[in-house]
Parts: sequence; structure tokens; C-alpha cells
Amino acid sequence: MWHWIQRFSSPKHFYTMSVPLIKWFTVGALLIGLYGLYLGLFVAPTDYQQGESYRIIFIHVPAAWMSLFVYMVMAASAGIGIIWQIRLADMVAAASAPIGASFAFLALVTGSLWGKPMWGAYWVWDARLTSELILLFLYLGYMALQSAIEDQRSADKASGLLAIVGVVNIPIIHYSVEWWNTLHQGATVTKFDKPSIHVDMLIPLLLMAVAFKLFYAAIVLIRARNEALYRDRNRRWVRELIEQL
Amino acid sequence: MNKRSRRKVLIIAVVFGVGLATVLGLTAFQENLLYFYTPTQIKAGEAPQSHSFRVGGLVVNGSVSREAGSLKVQFDLTDNAETMTVQYTGILPDLFREGQGIVAMGSLQPNGMFVADEVLAKHDENYMPPEVADALKAAEQTAKERASGKI
Repeated sequence: MWHWIQRFSSPKHFYTMSVPLIKWFTVGALLIGLYGLYLGLFVAPTDYQQGESYRIIFIHVPAAWMSLFVYMVMAASAGIGIIWQIRLADMVAAASAPIGASFAFLALVTGSLWGKPMWGAYWVWDARLTSELILLFLYLGYMALQSAIEDQRSADKASGLLAIVGVVNIPIIHYSVEWWNTLHQGATVTKFDKPSIHVDMLIPLLLMAVAFKLFYAAIVLIRARNEALYRDRNRRWVRELIEQL
Repeated sequence: MNKRSRRKVLIIAVVFGVGLATVLGLTAFQENLLYFYTPTQIKAGEAPQSHSFRVGGLVVNGSVSREAGSLKVQFDLTDNAETMTVQYTGILPDLFREGQGIVAMGSLQPNGMFVADEVLAKHDENYMPPEVADALKAAEQTAKERASGKI
């Protein structure tokens, strides 16, 4: 079992195995994303209160979900990398950080564009918005630590610990709208109750969430492949690859 | 600058940046962890007296009155337990309407009036087409009438 994991998680093996996966994830993300956008922007009904402006939900909410999901993936891989010394896990963690930061940034920007017409303000320091901003800072801190420390193993260790410590922020973000009075609305979909959104709006929202996940899967594989090439640039399998060119 | 000192500067910058972010975040939390107070909390004296704060609640139906020729508007705010009067001068957000949840930033006057210098509209987590909203409202109305024995 251990031997099998070791072989399967070798960067060389990963480098070849990930090619077809990237293709399928990209195609899936494109098809489902386009269909979800079409349903969301043209088919879903107008909202009774927010009119057409609510349609930014189909970008804002999947981006916000992804900013949390990618963080969990990043922290879990960093943990696996620290505990079991699996180099591929460190590569996945390092490859995830800029993607997660982009999702957090996108969620903050779309949220602020949504907030201005609906609430009357681009930004307020309520618990949900502040904790999401801290999530962006955590991603940036991880990336800064990665590039600040020259020795790759210490860089992975230091940034990985930051990522693991930062996991406290994830439940805070999720429950902020329940624990404190916030200007941000409460949970529409991610609660134990029935979702408080009409089914014709819910379907494109979930499709977009799936498309965002597939997009992330494709991008993280591409970035992890680059990471593998760069980190193993002096190893034999990369040299052999270069010689084949 | 050689490699080692550049590394040192970078690490110091990171530590400083993270520290600053934490301090900023904590300050923001301390001030605004509770983004707004409800009229009940204010009546109970939990709101700060010395500086301005936010109050949140629903605009009472039929309570909005505008002063002719100016942007001055006055309305009652309720959390379905206590009610207080809010005065505001300025442009209201699109979602401001009677029955809507809003958050107003301002301070409490000695006469119990809340003078706001910012009004933000809060929306809930429900999304549905207008027809469904109308149908829900109609059903609620029928249920209410049935309960009061009118039908």
C-alpha cells in the first residue's frame, strides 16, 4: 500500500497521468460553465426584490465557495506534505494558492459591485466581508512565504504551517452571518434547511459551482505539472524529458 | 544587496505585513464584530453613548414621511419587539422600502431620535421570481384571515 502510494505520487508519474485529466476537466468546465451562464443570465427568472442585479450571484457565490474549497485543499495537501513528506502534495498546495487567491479576490470584487446598488456601499466592515478579506491575506501570506524562503523544503514547511493555522478562518467565514449581525445576507443554499432560492435559479447556480470546481481541477493540475518540472529540474526524469525535445 | 540580506528583508516584510493585517482585522472586529444593534438592544442601553453606531431593523409599514423640498426623511425601525424613529438626510439605496430590512449609521439623540448619516439596505437570503413572491404573500394573507376567523 505504502509502496503503491509512493509510486503513484511520484512527480514523474503524475506528470504523465495528468494529461488526459486536464483535457476532460477543461472540456467539462467549458461546457457546464457556458450552459450554466446561459441558464443564469437568460433563462432564470428575475428576482422579486433585486430585479436583474441579483444575476451576479452566478459568479459571486461559486467564486466565494471556491475560495473556501481551494483553501481546504491547499491546507490538506500542505498537511500531507509536512506529515508524510509526499512531495506531490506540497506541489499541489503551492499550485493551489494563487488560484484560491484569485477566487477570493473575485468574490470580494463581485460582492462589492453587488453591494453598491443593493446595500448602498461598496464595502462595509461586517464579519463576513472582513473574514473573507483575511482569507485573501492568508493566501497572499502563503505565496509570500513560498517565494521568500529559498530552500524548497523549509519554504513548504513554513508556508504549510501558515496554511494549516489559517484553517480556523474557514468556519468563521461560513458561520459569520449566523454568529453576528451582518449586513451580508445569511446562507441561501449551504444550510441544513431547504435552500431559500427558486429552483430555476438554484440549478444554474449549482451548475456554475460544478464548472468552477472543474476549472480549478484543470488549472491546479496544469500548475502542479509546472511546479513538478521546476522543482525536479535537476532530476533525471526532467533531464530525459528535455533531451527528448 | 546580497542574497541573504534580501531574504531577511523579505521575511521581515512578510512578518510585518501579516502582523499589520491581523491588527487591522482585529481592530475592525472589535469595532464592528456586531455590525449593528437592534432597537431592543438600544432600548436596553447596550449601544454606545459616546460615539456613533449602527442600528438595524425593518422599516415599519406606513411610517416613512418625507419633508417636501428636501432630502430629509423620517421613518420608524422595528425588530418586531421594540420600535425607534430614525431621521436621515440624503439619497436612499434602491432596496429601501417599507417592510425592508435596513442598517443605519448615526447616533442617538437625547430625545430618543436616531439621527443617521448613512443608510444601507439589507436583503435576506430568499431569491424567487415576483410571481412566487406574490403567491406567497397571498397565501400568507389567506392564512391570516382564516386564523382571525374572517373566512
